[in-house]
Amino acid sequence: MADQIPLVDYLVLGDNPHLVARECEQCGSRYFGRRNACAGCFGTEFKTVRIPDEGTLETFTIVAQAAPGIPVPFVSGVIDVDGTAVRANVVNVEPNPDKVTMGMKLRLTTFPIGVDEAGVEAISFGYEPVG
Amino acid sequence: MSEDIWILGIHMTKFGKHPDKDTLDLASEAVMGALADGGVTMKDIGVMGAGNLMGGAGGIGQQLQKQVGQTGIPVYNVANACATGATALRVAAMAVKAGEVDCGLAVGVEKLAGAGLLAGGSRADNSKNWTPQGRQGAVAALDGRVGTDTMPGVFAQIGMEYGHRYGGTSFELFARISEKNHSHSTLNPLASYQKKMSLKEIMGDVMIAYPNTRPMCSANCDGAAAAVVVSDSKLKKLSAEQRRRAVKISASILTTDPWEDACQVLPNVNTLTRNAARQAYEQASVGPEDLDLVELHDCFATAELVHYDNLMLCEEGGAVDFFNSGAPWRDGKTPVNVSGGLESKGHPISATGIANIWEVCTHLRGEGGARQIEGAKVGLAHVIGLGNACGVHILEKAA
Repeated sequence: MADQIPLVDYLVLGDNPHLVARECEQCGSRYFGRRNACAGCFGTEFKTVRIPDEGTLETFTIVAQAAPGIPVPFVSGVIDVDGTAVRANVVNVEPNPDKVTMGMKLRLTTFPIGVDEAGVEAISFGYEPVG
Repeated sequence: MSEDIWILGIHMTKFGKHPDKDTLDLASEAVMGALADGGVTMKDIGVMGAGNLMGGAGGIGQQLQKQVGQTGIPVYNVANACATGATALRVAAMAVKAGEVDCGLAVGVEKLAGAGLLAGGSRADNSKNWTPQGRQGAVAALDGRVGTDTMPGVFAQIGMEYGHRYGGTSFELFARISEKNHSHSTLNPLASYQKKMSLKEIMGDVMIAYPNTRPMCSANCDGAAAAVVVSDSKLKKLSAEQRRRAVKISASILTTDPWEDACQVLPNVNTLTRNAARQAYEQASVGPEDLDLVELHDCFATAELVHYDNLMLCEEGGAVDFFNSGAPWRDGKTPVNVSGGLESKGHPISATGIANIWEVCTHLRGEGGARQIEGAKVGLAHVIGLGNACGVHILEKAA
């Protein structure tokens, strides 16, 4: 397998790609990305927790006009994964309001977005309909 | 108990395209208009709050003083996204309230005509070597890969989330909110657009981010607004005519997001608006049922819906029923955005948080002309700056 790098550091690659969050040791608030302190309780100790792969679509939009270079249309949404909100694209679904439905069950999926000069492949993530 | 604060003079330029006027021309017009409206000069002003986001480097306040009057007073150049104007006004009002000065000036200005989508920028080509950058260790731009950064998309999700929680929303419902605001603006000679649009035209226009089509998005335009605020003791020394036209600032509130789950994933414009509204009603000792008109931050049709609820113009979860009852139309129970709102009057970002107050003041003074809400005594002006900041002002006609 060629070298791979995740699009973001909260995407963990390997045999079972998954997302991880930073969870406040004190109050349990969850965040994606580097933290200085907890916005909820001001605690400074965090642990890394694995986010389950399946969730439900809490809201979405179908972006038809975006900045130059961004392929449209695409579905942007917020997925509730067992109580943790995740921002992502909804993929492998027709970008049509008749096909994307609130509360639909979704599952994490990963896919390559390009290879750099050193031959490293970047891997992105999205959520696709289950079943 | 500190004394009351009043708006003595206020002015809004025509919103729209001003190719022959620069940022300073527009801001000067607003400032000189507000001073003349209040019957004072720069000599009377003890403090200035000024906002401009897109004009580039340099303090807008000082540049403006060089055009309209340099008296050595302190300037506070402020930036709070779309709540910048309201923030400038609060700076002036706080200085008066604190007793440091008895008269202050606030101004917001923006040149935005022809601007495209705000935020998001353009996506650079993939780098030659993937290098994790920023707080999420991203190796490439995330807009479009991990959701959307564009405002029409963000606010579309906010409106859709409300619909998911409470039901009753549809593409058509959101479009009908836009139809109302475009209809209202036909009576506002200062609005960017004064053209009535049918539901069919709105729904058939260019889709930006479902369910927001182009006319359901705030209109980028040029414009400025300014206000002069005075203390109660200063006002008492002024003429009967100045006192008659003065408008009381019964509440002036600015809030940010208290921490909640998910608030760093999708902006939550609900909680801080609800908090601001609650504090404002308490400070002013009025309730939502007392409001004769409301100017709220309809940066997108999907945003207007959620703010009916956040400002407690309806029962919690009842925004769809509130709209369907006809309440927010200009002849309804609680007229909302009789100016045409951001969708039709336009949204020159930093000017918006003072322009909405100008609209309310104009009705309270009985100077609304063809669009006057008859007998208006109490009004509310609301803005959201994404990030977030929320400004709520409650204004009352002089007794």
